[in-house]
Amino acid sequence: MKLDDVLPTQTYQVSRGDLVRYAGASGDFNPIHWSDRVATSVGLPGVIAHGMFTMALAARALDTWADAPGRVREIGCKFTKPVLVPDDEEGVAVVVTGTVRNITDDTVDISLEVTCGGEKVLGAPKAVLTR
Amino acid sequence: MPVDRSLAGRTFPPTEPYVVSREKIAEFASATGSTFDGESAPATFPIVIALPAMNALMADPEVGIALHRVVHGEQRFACTRTVVPGDRLSAVLTVETLRHIGGADIISTRTEITDPGGDHVCTAFATLVHRGDT
Repeated sequence: MKLDDVLPTQTYQVSRGDLVRYAGASGDFNPIHWSDRVATSVGLPGVIAHGMFTMALAARALDTWADAPGRVREIGCKFTKPVLVPDDEEGVAVVVTGTVRNITDDTVDISLEVTCGGEKVLGAPKAVLTR
Repeated sequence: MPVDRSLAGRTFPPTEPYVVSREKIAEFASATGSTFDGESAPATFPIVIALPAMNALMADPEVGIALHRVVHGEQRFACTRTVVPGDRLSAVLTVETLRHIGGADIISTRTEITDPGGDHVCTAFATLVHRGDT
């Protein structure tokens, strides 16, 4: 990776089944991530992805760009817009892009953009990787 | 029920040590479509260690949080190393700030994840938004 590199766009399809798997794997069983009834009762349009699931997809893209797992030391973002996941076969596409912002002897700073339906769903996502 | 105003600054007891298995990392990696090389857990895996600490905060009846009203506002991990199989990790959560904005309580937390020797593995910063009645 070189300074100002724009990293290859990664597109991940997210379905209701993926949310159920992520709930089990992470231990986050908040019903807004699997029950339309509960999600709408708190004013959401429907079931939304765990913010942490979307963040995990950003981390997955970082691993792909780094061409190896285990190099991410810092990752952070705001969860600015929920990712609505319809109850159908296809689900919804989450698109991750990244730009190399800084390189030191030890680290690489990457800013990301994570969108769904053309709208940003994470606020200021960024990461620091070891070189 | 509003969130307990005295929450800010409170540190919760350490979680029971979590023994990280290769299988758990593989399950997490698979659920997120990530590659697991048998060594390093994915970058957001520390949430598995931090969640019991966050759940203890949310389950405390004196705190007054209803889980289904919680939306994750912000998250950041700052790690000195990756989590690996065989790790035995505990988490200590501190509520850094509590703000009330637009009918919601904004709870900012910091969770320190350490190994049995007390060495730092990762700090998880989470901001939870507790929505009021709608």
